[in-house]
Amino acid sequence: MTLSPIELAPSADDHRIARYAAAAIALSVVEAAIPMPLPGVKPGLANIITLVVLARYGWRDAVWVSLLRVVAGSLLVGQFLAPGFFLSLAGALASLVALGCAMHLPGRWFGPVSQSLIAAFAHIAGQLAVARLWLVPHDGLLYLVPFFALAALLFGLANGLAAAQLLEPAPQPKENLGHP
Amino acid sequence: MRVKSFLRFMKPGDWAVLLLLAAVTAALAPVAFTGGAAEKAVVRRDGVVVAELPLTQARRVEVQGALGTSVIEVQPGRARVAADPGPRQYCVRQGWLTQPNAIAICAPSHLSLSIVGRSAGHDSLAY
Repeated sequence: MTLSPIELAPSADDHRIARYAAAAIALSVVEAAIPMPLPGVKPGLANIITLVVLARYGWRDAVWVSLLRVVAGSLLVGQFLAPGFFLSLAGALASLVALGCAMHLPGRWFGPVSQSLIAAFAHIAGQLAVARLWLVPHDGLLYLVPFFALAALLFGLANGLAAAQLLEPAPQPKENLGHP
Repeated sequence: MRVKSFLRFMKPGDWAVLLLLAAVTAALAPVAFTGGAAEKAVVRRDGVVVAELPLTQARRVEVQGALGTSVIEVQPGRARVAADPGPRQYCVRQGWLTQPNAIAICAPSHLSLSIVGRSAGHDSLAY
């Protein structure tokens, strides 16, 4: 075994982000195999991971995991720098911005489901903006908006519930153990 | 399916966001059937647009051409030149136009009837 002369020392942060990004990439590859009635409609299962990372480690890590997932996921599916890649990227950036705002909603009343729904709608908004302005510069695209909105509603809800389920058994800090 | 077990994840604000976005989705629903960019038939004389007819309702329109009056008939999703004073009747015999970018040209009348569709530019796009 030859050792590479260049050695990067990955920090614990890097390892953690890589682990979550790997899970998100796996989910996005899996869902690429699920047939969908309308092109562009996807469950967005990888967003479950983004939500979990957001809740556990904050927005910076969520951005890392989400963007790594977009780049590596598109490489694996063979869509890197294809139109689909830019649509994913636009959707991911829009939903990250929305999540950056939504995470400041009072946690007492708003949970992962709210964040997921808001992110899902921001996702389709970002995608449609790029698609309308660049890829399909025609208003005919607007015909698809209701279907995208319906998909965002259903999958946003489902992903939010899944993220809430995943976040529930998270180990709590010691000082909170006394609370019911 | 333990649907009820998922209800405990729904906080009051989550219900509010869900209902709000459901209302937005419901409000958008008519767009799928009526709104957006309607397909339409465009009638031109000497290259100048003289009529734009949405392909949503049936109607007959009379257009003045170089030889006289031509009749454009529109039905939901299609359009045709129903009558034209031209000698060879090519544009009339072309029949119903249904595809975007299809065109019927009545050269003696200096008229053309074309369908403008919702898909412009790209034939398909892989996401």
